[in-house]
Amino acid sequence: MSTIAIARIELLIARRNMWVFTSLILMGLFSSVLTLAGGAPTGTLGIDPLLIATTSITTLSVYLIPLIGLLLSFDAIAGESERGTLALSLTYPLSRGEILLGKFIAHLMVLGFAVAVGLALTAGLTIWKYGSADLNYLPLLKLFVTSLALGAAFLGIGYTISALAKQTGVASGIVIIVWLICVVLYDLGLLGALVADGGGTFTKSIFPWLLVANPADAFRLINMPTETVSTLATGLGAAGQASGFAPQLASLLLWPVLALSMAWAAFRRVEP
Amino acid sequence: MTVLGIENVSKSYGDVHSVQGVSLNLNEGERVALLGHNGAGKTTLMRMVLGLTPLTSGRISVLGQPPGTRKARTAIGFLPESVAFHGALTGREQLHHFARLKGVKRAVADDLLERVGLTHAMNRKIRTYSKGMRQRIGLAQALLGKPRLALLDEPTSGLDPISRHEFYDIVDDLAKGGTAVLLSSHALTELESRTDRIAIMSQGHLLANDSLSNLREAARLPIQVRVKATAETADDVAARLGGTRVNGASVALEVQQEGKVSLLGQITGLGDLVKDIDVTPASLEDLYRHYSVPQQEGK
Repeated sequence: MSTIAIARIELLIARRNMWVFTSLILMGLFSSVLTLAGGAPTGTLGIDPLLIATTSITTLSVYLIPLIGLLLSFDAIAGESERGTLALSLTYPLSRGEILLGKFIAHLMVLGFAVAVGLALTAGLTIWKYGSADLNYLPLLKLFVTSLALGAAFLGIGYTISALAKQTGVASGIVIIVWLICVVLYDLGLLGALVADGGGTFTKSIFPWLLVANPADAFRLINMPTETVSTLATGLGAAGQASGFAPQLASLLLWPVLALSMAWAAFRRVEP
Repeated sequence: MTVLGIENVSKSYGDVHSVQGVSLNLNEGERVALLGHNGAGKTTLMRMVLGLTPLTSGRISVLGQPPGTRKARTAIGFLPESVAFHGALTGREQLHHFARLKGVKRAVADDLLERVGLTHAMNRKIRTYSKGMRQRIGLAQALLGKPRLALLDEPTSGLDPISRHEFYDIVDDLAKGGTAVLLSSHALTELESRTDRIAIMSQGHLLANDSLSNLREAARLPIQVRVKATAETADDVAARLGGTRVNGASVALEVQQEGKVSLLGQITGLGDLVKDIDVTPASLEDLYRHYSVPQQEGK
């Protein structure tokens, strides 16, 4: 019950703080633009137009979803601790796990809502442009579910940072650094290592696992199944797919659990 | 019945000893004022009772439960010093949220909003509230679910005199219903008639813990008596009573409790020479200084 009460009030706060609106506009706008513009280079070549759209949206989501996840979560514990609202909440008969879970449910709903609206726009616009025949909706559904998993992982990471940093100012700085590392620098580093290795052991046996260990990369790999598309998008395609689907899925499913466990462990040690 | 038991409790942060060997019990329906300078350890003590801060040593029990357990937390209503809420919520939404957490019906929360006089503003965002209004929301949430123990940390700061009066009326009602109330305050004068027991803390130690009259007796602070005469007769009166002349027409005297009645008889015996008398027992402020200052100077 307490978890639902926390989720409910967090949703209300997210609505008042325009977080729902902001993430909705962000995802809706980008999805629409990419759907409309994404088909331009291919024209009507017979490739499933929805696949083109999801590929473009995946590339974008790799950046946007972790960002939204971290922005929704960095204030969750540090902010409440700073404002003094956390101490009062903790004098009520509910556990820290319930508080964390309640916040997580609310934030995931905000994120899920934004992604769902974005993808619905994509589907709608694709049907409007190409008609509904021969469209394969499976990639869309896969994109939605994996987006939730990716978002959940970064929400958990955000809560962990929020609990450890204890100050919102510090937490906001750290989440930006973490975001930059996860979605940009990590891949650049791997690419550099690949080039240096020149197709040796690292490329064949270590690199695929390092790639899939990053939830953002696992997300990208899952949603860009065909090597050609993936290679075009990232330049890491061929070697990246070496790990296969199962580890990619495992990475996306384990990260939220791991990140939330870390957040819980960190939150338990916070003295408000 | 003992609601709150604090036994020989200490809290240290490294070399800083915030609370040292404090023992204090609160019974059902008792109103106890916890007094002390800033940094005396009052808030730390309350946080330990709430289970927010672990104890270094000693034992605390809330209705026989260790602090911080679900049962103990259900039994406590807490109003923190400078209470804060999420500004984006309305007063009513915030209180309904707390009602859900305590498993209390929302109608009860609405009644409490009326009890603290916030019905007119309940649908406004809390960020538009004055400090006093936020304090009222804080009090309302502390009253949710008829707590067995109410911990009120500086509850009247930010309240105007009328609101303070209303606040103590609510505290009286609460105590009449069997709730043990522990409140800390700097505003000493308002506490004199509103509490059953005074506990004074200084530098982490509990220096006094008794009813106001017992503290007065133990402190043996003199009663101030001021006799008003006229400019012509003041010297005569001062000579007869053995006091000092002040303000031209008055005589100031100090007397212990046991000498009070005979002194008053003496004054009455002066007949028309006396225009008026003021008798002032040691105030809570005097007592507070008496009990807490020697400790500070001794260190």
